[in-house]
Amino acid sequence: MLQIETWKRVLIILIVLGGLAMAMPNAFYTRVETHNDAIKAIEKGGTGDGLAEQVGMWPTWLPSSLVNLGLDLRGGAQLLAEVQVEDVYKARMKSMWPEIRDMLREERATIGTIRLQDSDDDALRVRISNADQVDEAAALVRGLARPVASLSGAGQSDIDVTTQGDMIVVQLSEAEKLATDDRTVRQALEIVRSRIDEVGTREPTIQRQGDQRILIQVPGIGSAAELKRIIGTTAQLTFNAVVSRTENANENPGPGEELLPAKDQEGLYYVLDSAPVVTGEDLVDAQPSFDQNGRPAVTFRFDPTGARRFGDYTAENIGKPFAIVLDNEVISAPTIQAHIAGGSGIITGNFTLEESTELAVLLRAGALPASLDFLEERTIGPELGADSIEAGKIACIVAGIAVLAFMFASYGLFGVFANVALMVNVGLIFGLLSMIGATLTLPGIAGIVLTIGMAVDANVLIFERIREELRNGKGPARAIELGYEKALSAIVDANITTILTALILYAVGSGPVRGFAITLGVGIVTSVFAAIYVTRLIVVFWFERRRPKTLEI
Amino acid sequence: MRLRMVPDNTNWDFFRIAPLTLGLSGLLVVGSILLTIFVGLNFGIDFKGGTTIRTESTQPVDVGAYRDAIQPLGLGDVSLNQVFDTSFRDDQHVAMIRIEAQQGEESASSTLVEDVRTALQGVAPDIIFASVESVGPKVSGELIWTAIYAVLLAIGAVLVYIWLRFEWQFALGAVIALVHDVIITIGAFALFQIKFDLAIIAALLTIVGYSLNDTVVVFDRVREDLRRFKTKPLREVLNGSINVTLSRTIMTSFTTLIALIALYVLGGDVISGFVFAMIMGITVGTYSSIYVASVVLLKMGVKRDWSKTDGGAGTQYANIDA
Repeated sequence: MLQIETWKRVLIILIVLGGLAMAMPNAFYTRVETHNDAIKAIEKGGTGDGLAEQVGMWPTWLPSSLVNLGLDLRGGAQLLAEVQVEDVYKARMKSMWPEIRDMLREERATIGTIRLQDSDDDALRVRISNADQVDEAAALVRGLARPVASLSGAGQSDIDVTTQGDMIVVQLSEAEKLATDDRTVRQALEIVRSRIDEVGTREPTIQRQGDQRILIQVPGIGSAAELKRIIGTTAQLTFNAVVSRTENANENPGPGEELLPAKDQEGLYYVLDSAPVVTGEDLVDAQPSFDQNGRPAVTFRFDPTGARRFGDYTAENIGKPFAIVLDNEVISAPTIQAHIAGGSGIITGNFTLEESTELAVLLRAGALPASLDFLEERTIGPELGADSIEAGKIACIVAGIAVLAFMFASYGLFGVFANVALMVNVGLIFGLLSMIGATLTLPGIAGIVLTIGMAVDANVLIFERIREELRNGKGPARAIELGYEKALSAIVDANITTILTALILYAVGSGPVRGFAITLGVGIVTSVFAAIYVTRLIVVFWFERRRPKTLEI
Repeated sequence: MRLRMVPDNTNWDFFRIAPLTLGLSGLLVVGSILLTIFVGLNFGIDFKGGTTIRTESTQPVDVGAYRDAIQPLGLGDVSLNQVFDTSFRDDQHVAMIRIEAQQGEESASSTLVEDVRTALQGVAPDIIFASVESVGPKVSGELIWTAIYAVLLAIGAVLVYIWLRFEWQFALGAVIALVHDVIITIGAFALFQIKFDLAIIAALLTIVGYSLNDTVVVFDRVREDLRRFKTKPLREVLNGSINVTLSRTIMTSFTTLIALIALYVLGGDVISGFVFAMIMGITVGTYSSIYVASVVLLKMGVKRDWSKTDGGAGTQYANIDA
């Protein structure tokens, strides 16, 4: 007969109540959001007027997780960036040159003089004068190789050394390139994250996509262009020795030197020693400030090693100019007036106040290891998002009422049971979405509406089956029992196929599509639960109370 | 008094008009394919690359003036159209501008967007850009393949699942039906030139799931009836199963359609293409679960001798109780 064990009844009721409790904060969205923001601000050590008051807007003992709103609902910007991992190869080889040079110089007696050749690929080419000793020299360079620091590349060395006539060609090995790529992307990800955190917006999403890409979503930011300015700048800061100044853009710099343009004087170029004295990595702090003439500038401080190197260099080179280089442009090239000890300094240039603030942020967060290419960018205005939510809300309510009315008209009291389960179902969807911290997108709202339509499906299957069993002359209790039993295989098969497609959508999709897949998947699980457990429980409660002799359905 | 979408105890002969419906389905499928090839889909930037800008202004949109303002920028192929929707306020005038991918660029540069903004402010000073989306050719190329791959994967997964749970004839019938639904839905997009983007792929995949939902319910019943009436001709068994499940098939599609139509009318234009695909798919899907899937099953025939198996393959879940 119709029976459900007590523990199962309790469990079903507990799940429903738990789900609804988790869903409840979403009904008071702005209130709970203010509360959550205030708590986060306090955790970060913020003190401000009204923070405590804002925390008080929602009782702390109540659940306070919310469904995140996607960019298409809240407004904000999204960027898909590709890390130009090859940038790093050249820099790595460049940094190896001093080491190779010093070692080969010691062997001058056997291999003769050495000379760095220009090369346009990522390889380092060194010509030696005693061509017959080239293999000897290559072996020496090979001795500098280190093992690759990655799991897949274990046991291989980081550089490939080959010879071409009287030239030694040094380049990164494939295994090292792979390991470097991975490191570069991870580093870039961290830097992007810290830059966005510096700006301080709510719940940015920064995630790696594939091998070389980073997906960045920042709600509430005005435009993708703004976001691009913050994260797109490499902010590679170096201090280099100046070899000479020139107005010839095609001047050929010597080996180990480079030609860079001045930032604010068109037609002026500097030839610099490519190995920097100190770099942005040696910085511990950077702040926007003003120079003695009241123009915007950035003050910075070096860490102890940076300070010592900078101090030694300035002591040895008084009277000579040095260049402050940012992203391959010379910002300024002041002459060293005195030994600069203490390790702090100021960068002046023709900055606006905004530029100096931004530069300080960039310097603090650190330089990107490689430049970023933007493959995709989207900006959604907050008004459009608000309009979409409003329209979606109305559509959901109308859809819900229409379906409820239709179910009642078709199945009477049983329709009411199904309707209760439907409302529980929508509550559970929101509860689950909040619990797993899922993001609701516009297609996601469509997913919910679709679920409202489909949620009754399982009930319809069961009710139709009960009707049929009644027509076949079964008693009410038996008909209900058989209805549930026989409809089950169809319900399971039908929903598993839909779950399969939701899984595929989740796996291959991104952004809004993924949001839709999550809502659809969650909706299927809750609707099956609601149909086969919740309505069944209600029907059993009703049946035990009434014990009807006939069933009208 | 209960509302009945379908009278109780129908005994309609669905296969009487099968030759007619098969012809109709074939015609629709071929027509859709031809439309898609020769007229083409109105691909969104997700698949074609480029930039779309959604503008909003309190002044009525003058497409001609907008076009004249943008023309001097020399951006190549620019398409402009006004958007209408019931959810707009009276003084909300919306237009969509689509600019092709610029030479040698991945996503649009900020200067491009700013140039367009300045140009349009000359026509409508209070114009705002409600959204700006830009996709580079590199990503859009990949997205096409991801989409095709996703749809094929979904169809493959379904084929395998139905095959495992039923017989291969069922799986083939179900898959032919859902390919039919997907093709006709794509055909409708080509016919009405509705923007075809990534969200539409999500809708297509949902149709795959939903179309199957209907088919599976009918097939589940067929499987049960085949075991019950061992000697009845296949045609009669199929027809009986369709009749018995008809009320449910119609009810479910109807409730889903009610919800979707509410969303189509009230949900705003941003989502309307997506919802349109769903409405199309569900309508066609309901039809095809009877007139394509079941007809295919009838033509293929099916194994009737169940005595060698345990006979419980389809009801293994039935032992779970609440």
